Amino acid sequence: MQNTNSNTDFEVRSLDTICINESHLQHRWYHNLKYLFVGLLFGVVFIKAEIISWYRIQEMFRFQSFHMYGVIGSAVVVGIISILIIKKFNIKTIYGEKVEFHNKKFNKGQIIGGLLFGFGWAITGACPGPIFAQIGSGITVMIVTLFFAIFGTWVYGFFREKLPH
Amino acid sequence: MNIIEFIKQPWAWYVAGPLIGLTVPTLMLLGNKTFGISANLRHVCAACLPANVKFFKYDWKKEIWNFYFAIGIIIGGIIAFNLLSNSNPIQINSKLATELAGYGITNISGMLPEQLFSWQILFSLKGFLLFALGGFLVGFGSRYAGGCTSGHAISGLSNLQLPSLIATCCFMVGGFIMANFILPLILSL
Repeated sequence: MQNTNSNTDFEVRSLDTICINESHLQHRWYHNLKYLFVGLLFGVVFIKAEIISWYRIQEMFRFQSFHMYGVIGSAVVVGIISILIIKKFNIKTIYGEKVEFHNKKFNKGQIIGGLLFGFGWAITGACPGPIFAQIGSGITVMIVTLFFAIFGTWVYGFFREKLPH
Repeated sequence: MNIIEFIKQPWAWYVAGPLIGLTVPTLMLLGNKTFGISANLRHVCAACLPANVKFFKYDWKKEIWNFYFAIGIIIGGIIAFNLLSNSNPIQINSKLATELAGYGITNISGMLPEQLFSWQILFSLKGFLLFALGGFLVGFGSRYAGGCTSGHAISGLSNLQLPSLIATCCFMVGGFIMANFILPLILSL
């Protein structure tokens, strides 16, 4: 049997291209602290803009508030402009690497999985990012939700080959 | 009004949204990282219980930066909650308040309804559906879709990916169906 390091993950990446580390550089562990700092600021934004609030998510899905649409919409606009700038001026990472972009391929999972995720999002009022911020803000029962989200991920991985894609 | 008092107010969407959007280029420029949080759930599976499942057999240690990012979010939550929160109750739409009152949810002072999100309610059918089923769907659905709100709605749309637009639309349709037609039944339990 191969060991895990020799698995190049190509088959998996074709369906699941996001959240992949594109850097080929090796760094000492403390280089990761900068991501902790970005996450920290991100967590503060989640709390202060009430994105972790179950009420804000309920208002969004009932069209009773513009708040979440404004947050996601303006985030996307800023993201689009940022990526255009990075591509146009060929801006490199702080280590001098070229920033890599990957196109996603369509598969049925984006529809079926997307609907199922939407169900879960509306029930819990939390997508995976806010779950961490909720736990930090003392709503410890969300540890249970996090555990079941991990369990759900595992069950998906186990039955992946049998599911329509 | 000093700066801390200013920060303590709830932040408007036009402050929070752009800051979240800037996370995308920040992670790219810091080290070619793609913003996506639900991948952490997969990395936990790969690290703790790969169980010979092909989907979990990869070098998760390469993705360890994302654990740091997630731990950062928890610390950010602790800081914002303990040092930057204001004492005013959250403002919610009166229609929503009326609807929730119909389910007996009347205490709406915090970010989440305390009457639902507590350890006491966990061991009831309602609690099981809210935390266990809800969490399961978040994890199963986000991986099946290949990403969650951060990976598809923010990262994917920022890179103008059509599959991410399809996924985001399905997130919204699923949420709409659940919030308006199924969740009311769960809350009535």
